Amino acid sequence: MSWEPVIGLEIHAQLATRSKIFSGAATAYGAPPNTQACLVDLGYPGVLPVLNAEAVRLAVRFGLAIGGTVAPRSIFARKNYFYPDLPKGYQISQYELPVVKGGSVEILLDDGSRKTVRLTRAHLEEDAGKSLHESFQGLSGIDLNRAGTPLLEIVSEPDMRSAKEAAAYMRRVHQLVRWIGICDGNMQEGSFRCDANVSVRRAGTDKLGTRTEIKNLNSFRFLERAILHEIDRQIEVIEDGGRIVQETRLYDPDRDETRSMRSKEEANDYRYFPDPDLLPLEIDAATLDAVRATLPELPDRRAARFVTLGIPAADAAQLTLERDTADYFEAVLAAAPAVEPRVAANWVNGDLAAALNDAGLGITASRVGAAALAALLLRVADNTISGKIAKDVFAAMWAGEGGADDIIAARGLRQITDSGALEAAIDKVIAASPNQLAEYRAGKDKLFGYFVGQVMKATGGKANPQQLNELLRRKLG
Amino acid sequence: MERQTIAALGRALRAREVSSRELASAALEHIARLDGALNSFITVTADQALTAADAADRRLARGEGGPLTGIPFAWKDIFCTRGVRTTCGSKMLANFVAPYDAAAVERLHAAGIVSIGKTNMDEFAMGSSNETSWFGPVHNPWDLERSPGGSSGGSAAAVAAGLISAASGTDTGGSIRQPAALVGITGFKPSYGRVSRYGMIAFASSLDQAGVLTLTAEDAALLIEAMAGFDDRDSTSANLPVPAYATDIGKSLAGRRIGVPPEFFEPGLDGECGARVREALAVLESLGAQVVEVSLPHLSLSVPTYYIVAPAEASSNLARFDGVRFGHRAEGATSLEDLYKKSRQEGFGPEVRRRLMTGTYVLSAGYFDAYYLQAQKARELIAADFRAAFAKVDVIAGPTAPTPAFRLGEKTDDPVQMYLNDIYTIAVNLAGLPGISVPCGFARGLPVGLQLIGPAFGESAVLNVAHQYQLATDWHSKAPPEAPLVAAVAAKGRSR
Repeated sequence: MSWEPVIGLEIHAQLATRSKIFSGAATAYGAPPNTQACLVDLGYPGVLPVLNAEAVRLAVRFGLAIGGTVAPRSIFARKNYFYPDLPKGYQISQYELPVVKGGSVEILLDDGSRKTVRLTRAHLEEDAGKSLHESFQGLSGIDLNRAGTPLLEIVSEPDMRSAKEAAAYMRRVHQLVRWIGICDGNMQEGSFRCDANVSVRRAGTDKLGTRTEIKNLNSFRFLERAILHEIDRQIEVIEDGGRIVQETRLYDPDRDETRSMRSKEEANDYRYFPDPDLLPLEIDAATLDAVRATLPELPDRRAARFVTLGIPAADAAQLTLERDTADYFEAVLAAAPAVEPRVAANWVNGDLAAALNDAGLGITASRVGAAALAALLLRVADNTISGKIAKDVFAAMWAGEGGADDIIAARGLRQITDSGALEAAIDKVIAASPNQLAEYRAGKDKLFGYFVGQVMKATGGKANPQQLNELLRRKLG
Repeated sequence: MERQTIAALGRALRAREVSSRELASAALEHIARLDGALNSFITVTADQALTAADAADRRLARGEGGPLTGIPFAWKDIFCTRGVRTTCGSKMLANFVAPYDAAAVERLHAAGIVSIGKTNMDEFAMGSSNETSWFGPVHNPWDLERSPGGSSGGSAAAVAAGLISAASGTDTGGSIRQPAALVGITGFKPSYGRVSRYGMIAFASSLDQAGVLTLTAEDAALLIEAMAGFDDRDSTSANLPVPAYATDIGKSLAGRRIGVPPEFFEPGLDGECGARVREALAVLESLGAQVVEVSLPHLSLSVPTYYIVAPAEASSNLARFDGVRFGHRAEGATSLEDLYKKSRQEGFGPEVRRRLMTGTYVLSAGYFDAYYLQAQKARELIAADFRAAFAKVDVIAGPTAPTPAFRLGEKTDDPVQMYLNDIYTIAVNLAGLPGISVPCGFARGLPVGLQLIGPAFGESAVLNVAHQYQLATDWHSKAPPEAPLVAAVAAKGRSR
């Protein structure tokens, strides 16, 4: 009998504000411990939280981007528990009335089909600090730099049916939050992290099985592996006659396993209640309109538009993984209207992406800018150089040797389109290859390539390929 | 010793008849001579006071400064004061030096006030008798065996005894008005949101409001005008202009409608206290006001509602006192949980612990709906009663406390009896309204307070009625005799 996994994710996206959600302290990553914690972050007696309006705008941006409902009135609540990295003894979060309800995103499945994942809600909350258990000789250190950092917790419905779908959803949300500029998406720094709720049920049944929550999933790969492992573990427990216990489990990437952190019985009673220090968050239609007006064209729409330019869907999807890439691509098109969009897309997704990857650079830091690439592609389009030569020119541009035209001129790479010169070169090759000529004429068609190669070699690759083919065919008879 | 209003002191200072240094020195001398009998101060900041007084004198000499420049003032020890110990009446914060000034402190310092010290209070403002203070009870200057009320008991006793002309207080369920009534002075609590809560150590955030204890309503008007106003560091601070209270108080009461709820005069009220309040109403009628009956049908819900809402918020607000970053930290803890338990067990007194446990209970899964949510509904009913009443009247009047000052120790074993002392004041906090207590006579030789309540942000109406009443009566100028205080200090000296 087969099993069906049921998966829902809770994603914590750190909002890209300069200051914290309820204080004026900076949110920059990596400062020495406790240098970015003001009295509010330290939970000093008498201090009060004041909501960062920018954090609200970023949450609204997300709500609009996923087609959710931005609540005209939402409430901040206190989640009460004691822990040293939680200075006030409570976390300010949203509980009953979140700022965003509903909405959905589409994920692309392996078979090329699309699936809609529904979102339950997204709510604003503050992050806690960090406990440092190493290097304090039996004591724990507390770093409150992160305390009060704004988070958007994005909760999905249990709509995913495999680890792959879950990873695709996480990637999709990651793409979206970066695209709309609300989160830097940096997973190493913890700006984008994920908990997964996983259960299994007999295929064909509707009732949900008991779920476990896996914490600490800070990469797409870990998410996928942890879920795969957890699905196997749950099936094994049930098939051995056991029961799944509702609990929180921690994924250990070193051992590639999940282990129990705490059971439902051990869970805190958080005693949520509305935070009396904060007024209800009210968002009016004018604010929504203002935020909507600043929302960029979303990745799906942009990809669809690229497809109408003759770009294959898969390539369009790749071009829209990041907004900077799509912007770069469109800048190339704008600077070189004569270039086929499909050709430009191949360059951006191909040679440029590879070069960026090798150099570990983002596209905004590319050593070949959109205008420079456009200039190169124009020289291919107008037959100044061949596509093959263009790759060499690109490499030279990447190496900092100058613009496409300079390199073409300096290296003498201009294609030979003078048919007289080309014919002379062909004649020379034919004259030097009597055996091959005889074999070709006896029917060994494959040798055509030999002659092309020889002429290209003789011309330093500069022969216009199309013209060469025509002339050669004529000469070889 | 002659008590002087800050209005009179301000005039004398600006006329250069007296210097701020002389006033500050006199206050320090009064405290040194008499506070042994009262225990109204936790910390006295003599050096800072004299430095500030000298600065005020220099401004006055240049013809600068306003009505508060150079006036000595004391702060309830719940207001954070930069560089000065701020204890909140608790062992938990017995050695806590605040790194910043509360908004109210900033504002009054900007207005030129001279801070003399920090006054005693019930621990974390939880109490109605000043007996829960880690620093010992405060004594009522009218009878040292009796309580001055609480939680702003230190401020009340210090002003009543003339150690200082005015002091700040906070009022969560009556903590300014009830002690003012019990020591025979004026205690004013503005509307919730009128004075910033920034820097006031939180007890119950949705109820806490700063105010003042003074000799007259006029003094309260002068002080609140300077303390009040929007503060962007407190999200619940009201972004409304502050009226000119000190001017508004001069209006005639002719045609003013004063509502009297029969619910304020039910059997729990001491007969003599009731009689004094009725006499005060007659005075107001003689000034042209019209006294009409209004009803507050849900008033009886206010004490139980308060004792759910306030502990619930407190249980969360006081979670930060965990021994980790500041405040009392237990020695010899064996684990994190042990550190929490020991630090909080040792740092908090029994009344605070009782309320934290109550608050934790009412917010717990399975009880939240039955207690916290019900209380919120009751709170709304109480607020609606007041709104309906204020559609008909300008001000509501009644007693401040059901009895005159009670004996120290009389109610400490019976929390419910203690809680019922705030039966007339609590509803005002639940509805977020301004309220004042003014002296209106004596019962068995002890002061009685008249409470006046206004609609939200209607401080002017309350202060106006109180001031006009004080112009027509002299109860507010009755000072307790000094001799028993001197004798008590001397007796203490001998027994030491």
